[in-house]
Amino acid sequence: MATRAISVQDVKTGEVTEVVYEHPLVVRLCHWLNAVALFVMVGSGFQIFRAFPSFGAKIPQKDLLNWPKAFAIGGWLGGALQWHLTFMWIYIGTGLVYLGYQVFSGNYKQVLFTHRDLLGVWPMVRHYFFFGPKPPVKGAYNPLQKHAYTTVIGLGVLSVVTGVAVWKPVQFSWLAWMMGGFHWARVWHFLIMWAILAFVFGHLVMVVLHGWNNFLSMLTGWKKDPEYPVE
Amino acid sequence: MSLHTDSRKFRAMNRRELLKLTPLVALGAFAVPKLQAPLLEAGLKFSDWASAKLFRGGHLAPTFMDSELTPFNKFPINDYDVDDPQVDFDRWTLTVNGAVQKPGEYTLAQISQLQKFSQNTRHVCVEGWDVIGRFGGARLSDFLTMIGADTTARFVYVECADDYYESLDMATALHPQSLLCYEMYGQPLTREHGAPLRLTLPTKVGYKQAKYLTDLRVTNVLERVGYWEDQGYSSFYGL
Repeated sequence: MATRAISVQDVKTGEVTEVVYEHPLVVRLCHWLNAVALFVMVGSGFQIFRAFPSFGAKIPQKDLLNWPKAFAIGGWLGGALQWHLTFMWIYIGTGLVYLGYQVFSGNYKQVLFTHRDLLGVWPMVRHYFFFGPKPPVKGAYNPLQKHAYTTVIGLGVLSVVTGVAVWKPVQFSWLAWMMGGFHWARVWHFLIMWAILAFVFGHLVMVVLHGWNNFLSMLTGWKKDPEYPVE
Repeated sequence: MSLHTDSRKFRAMNRRELLKLTPLVALGAFAVPKLQAPLLEAGLKFSDWASAKLFRGGHLAPTFMDSELTPFNKFPINDYDVDDPQVDFDRWTLTVNGAVQKPGEYTLAQISQLQKFSQNTRHVCVEGWDVIGRFGGARLSDFLTMIGADTTARFVYVECADDYYESLDMATALHPQSLLCYEMYGQPLTREHGAPLRLTLPTKVGYKQAKYLTDLRVTNVLERVGYWEDQGYSSFYGL
């Protein structure tokens, strides 16, 4: 792996720490642009959902939940659609740039969950739930992290695919058909959003638990005191 | 193999890396009240442009079996003001003008003389609900031929008895499933559903499918796009 590592000597204390370049610029840019886009997509999505908060018939209409307007973006259906149809391009664009970069740079190896990571999942789960020792750290991400990131990237792709089926159920009728028709495409789109929100919740908890240095690495790319051996 | 540096240089390096994220600040434009509306308008326009590109005139909307129809009494009646604008059927005509060879008043009898098509298609509302209905009527494309419309014009614009108005891109107007509809579920259109004549457009969202038509114009220029579009909804909204 093309990890860049440096040892940094403190000018005052003389103390030496290892730092490693963990997140390339493209990844960091895409991460933050996508984070903003996702925030807007979810917020405006809830406002759109408020126009017909149901997956049943229109007559009689049974609302699934009354989502508060305060947690929605756009103010009204037309406004929310403007946000949704604008930020979807940023959401899709950053997704494509990210995927393209990861594949062509080989950086995907950092996050892609493969069969080699399978055995490492259970020890990580035990560690996170306080009944196992901390497994040795081998790379930027442990097997459970790789699993989470690989899954959420897949969910991101699915959110776009289901969204296209909801937006264009005629031009992409085969796509809507694969999901069980327009009606079901809308259900899948909604469920996938919740799955992504579940990831975001876990992600934010872990960011807090892993501290400031870890958070900074997504801004500057450099991570202080990596817990794994660097080449 | 590790490189070496000192903490001061490392801090400068971090600052440089942080500065490279400045493109993110561009998104802040969406938070500026003055810029927000034009930016969102541009985003919607771009989506409409992409929608028009994605539209294929020869691609048919899915059709359904009779057993899949939403019962007639569960087909929603959506209006922006009144269910029944009190159209006088005896005196009703469709007023045609614009880029056509034969402008004038067209009666329902004349429109009914065109070949009738019936189709079970999905009606999708912008709100998110959908129903499957049975619609019968003349192809809008046949009517455009009948009136000698210039089909190189960009739009078909309609006005309604309830002051509603709408417009269509010509490609959609010429789509074989775009109907001037006068029947639903094999019965003459009821007043609530837009009698005597409405648009049925399986390739468009619900609000495009205007009811109680009174005027039709073929034109290259739109003074108004549509009742909802002029309030901020998508102008194209093709499904």
